[in-house]
Amino acid sequence: MKKEKNAKTAAKPAPSLKKDREMPFYVVKRGDAAKTPGRSILIHGGAILIALLLCGIATIFVTGDNPISIYATMFKGAFGDAHNLWKTLQDIAILLCVSLAVTPAFKMRFWNTGAEGQVLISALATAMCMFYLGGAVPTPVLMLIMILCSILAGVIWAVVPAVFKAFWGTNETLFTLMMNYVAIQLVEVFLKVADKSGSNTVGPNLLKHGWFPELFGQKYLLNILIVAVLTVLVYIYLKYSKQGYEISVVGESENTARYIGVNVKKVIIRTMVVSGALCGVAGLLLVAGTSHSIDSNLVGGRGFTAIMVSWLAKFDPLMMVLTTLLLVFLDRGASEVTTNFGLNSAYSEILTGVIIFFIIGCEFFINYKVMINRNHPFFKKKEQEAAKEVL
Amino acid sequence: MFKKALSLVLTLAMVLSACMIFASCQGEEDLKGMSESPLPAPELTVDFEVKDDFKIGFIFLHDENSTYDKNFIDAAQSVKTLLGLSDEQVLMKVNIPESNDCYEAAVDLANKGCDVIFADSFGHESFILQAAKEFPSVQFCHATGTMAHTAEQANFHNAFASIYEGRYLAGIAAGLKLNEMIEAKKITPEEAVMGYVGAFTYAEVISGLTSFYLGAKSVCPSVTMKVQFTGSWYDEGLEKEAAEALLSKGCVLISQHADSMGAPTACEVKGVPNVSYNGSTYAACPETFIVSSAINWAPYFLHIIKCANTDTAIEADWCGGIAEGSVVLSGINLDVAAEGTEKAIKDAIAGFKAGTLHVFDVAKDDFITVEGQKLTEYTADVDYDEAFTKDTQVIKDGYFAESEFRSAPYFDINIDGIEFLNAKY
Repeated sequence: MKKEKNAKTAAKPAPSLKKDREMPFYVVKRGDAAKTPGRSILIHGGAILIALLLCGIATIFVTGDNPISIYATMFKGAFGDAHNLWKTLQDIAILLCVSLAVTPAFKMRFWNTGAEGQVLISALATAMCMFYLGGAVPTPVLMLIMILCSILAGVIWAVVPAVFKAFWGTNETLFTLMMNYVAIQLVEVFLKVADKSGSNTVGPNLLKHGWFPELFGQKYLLNILIVAVLTVLVYIYLKYSKQGYEISVVGESENTARYIGVNVKKVIIRTMVVSGALCGVAGLLLVAGTSHSIDSNLVGGRGFTAIMVSWLAKFDPLMMVLTTLLLVFLDRGASEVTTNFGLNSAYSEILTGVIIFFIIGCEFFINYKVMINRNHPFFKKKEQEAAKEVL
Repeated sequence: MFKKALSLVLTLAMVLSACMIFASCQGEEDLKGMSESPLPAPELTVDFEVKDDFKIGFIFLHDENSTYDKNFIDAAQSVKTLLGLSDEQVLMKVNIPESNDCYEAAVDLANKGCDVIFADSFGHESFILQAAKEFPSVQFCHATGTMAHTAEQANFHNAFASIYEGRYLAGIAAGLKLNEMIEAKKITPEEAVMGYVGAFTYAEVISGLTSFYLGAKSVCPSVTMKVQFTGSWYDEGLEKEAAEALLSKGCVLISQHADSMGAPTACEVKGVPNVSYNGSTYAACPETFIVSSAINWAPYFLHIIKCANTDTAIEADWCGGIAEGSVVLSGINLDVAAEGTEKAIKDAIAGFKAGTLHVFDVAKDDFITVEGQKLTEYTADVDYDEAFTKDTQVIKDGYFAESEFRSAPYFDINIDGIEFLNAKY
């Protein structure tokens, strides 16, 4: 529409006051054909470069430190030595696991904001098994009980809001969000009961049994392998299974789903069972495979970061590996910068924020094209000048 | 035109009134302000060489926005300056939660070549101990912890300060203020009720509030105290509400053990005297602040750096006292404190130094009683175990030996005269 108007004004020879107010640029929606993966990668790469450049300039102004050395430090912090590399892989595994958990529900347009609580309650279930049964039953049996309990806890926390949504149409965003607080309070109660010293955490000194075994001398290798397998399974489930297809249909349009004979209630509940079970695995990995402790902030916002991971990757589990890598790299790198440069931790968070802002901004440039308004006087003048010069 | 003229007139009026307010402020009675501190942080002396490749790492729960962590960070910076250490030799990790992240932070610091690693929060302990087991050649020091003396881990150490003595000294200032109110007939001796905002019902808080109360009682025998717990180390709103609740219950003086400005500002608004903690709040509360006690961590940091550089073993438990310079007081606000406060505090300091004065003196008549009875014996939970059993007789030679069997406090008795309004935390 705007283009038409431009055409009209161009037809008039006399430049009017109104014309000066026109923007020199305008936007056009891209067709689906233009959204090639190549272009997407180009745009994302460009955005990250510009973001890094901007952060670099800001760094020089604010601190006077050399921005390149700051980026080198970030890189070193995330991948610098064997320990840092393993820790980065481990962080990726956990965040990816939570992201895998929220993805089926999001694809179904079920706004599950309760992954935080679902993971935390499974972590609590795992910790309680370790605390009360540790030493009382043989380790393999304990492991089995831990796995069952944590998955069951995650499923319960996810399925309650799903049932209410399916049968009574309650708002799942608020419901799942509130379940988070219930989980946090339950953990607080357990902290009180298990640790009488008044510490805010039940640490590895109290949860001595049921630790995941080290593989090849690596503490986190088992976690990483489990999540790698899960990633492939979720990818296949969503892309090639009948249930995965039903999820997409319900997500696109509930009415269509109903029309083609999909039992929407069943799909909602079944998908949330899958989500909850995956959160259960994340909780298990966090307590038994990673920290061997529990506190009310154990999940540390991953339940919400996972939403961003999942959206950025457009619900594609394989792409999610890349988005988690980016977020974890920024996080690990930022903490290294804070330590090495003696900067306030807020500064590295600002850098992370700038980069994420640019990446999210990419979506705009992938979906829309910015065009130059050649009829705008700004360009006209230049053209005339150029023409003069040629003469 | 009229509008412009009006706005000009209004602006002039505002500027004039602002000038007048300033002038009237300056014209008020002369404020005496703050005295010199009766117990200042000492000048530390360095009697050893720091090796060129020496490195120390710090793990802090929050950053300098928390008064608790700021106290540690400031001490670390002062020792860094004192020893002339470079940025590469002092690594600080802030905002490290009490979880596996703490273990990972410790491992990272050890991998970076730190000889000594220090963590500042109670919940860090089991994770630091875990790292200590993996790096036997690195020294791990942990403030406020309880496990080192039984952990049988030679490179793991706990530290604290006998801050209960500082609290007692601050309590003396509170007691004298109450006496002044009683003499001025503002309150009867029975109305000498203090309020205390505590974070949790842990031994650290109870030891602190009891020693504060005993300091006041040593000069004002009729004093009683009400305690309101908030269940959080830092919650400005809750702490303010707790202080206001205490004031509405008839408290005439407030002190606190929590990290925000909630209680001091509530006191300043109501004009009620306040004894602070972790540093002076004089700047924000000039009309109600009396004095503040704090732990000075610089002597301990210097001590562990010296041990690491002279190949000396660090003690499993280290409790810094007045003599070490670990317990310090701010200056006294002469506009609020009662006359003679400075002298009374200095006398008590001399008593502590000579070993003749004990805070938890159970032999003294009408001083420490539980349900009307004097304390003759008490077993506290000193040694760490999973069931938290009470295991050690801590009363000896007529006093409760706080911080002698381990550095972290273990006095957790609710004595007569102190009423816990809510003990749910």
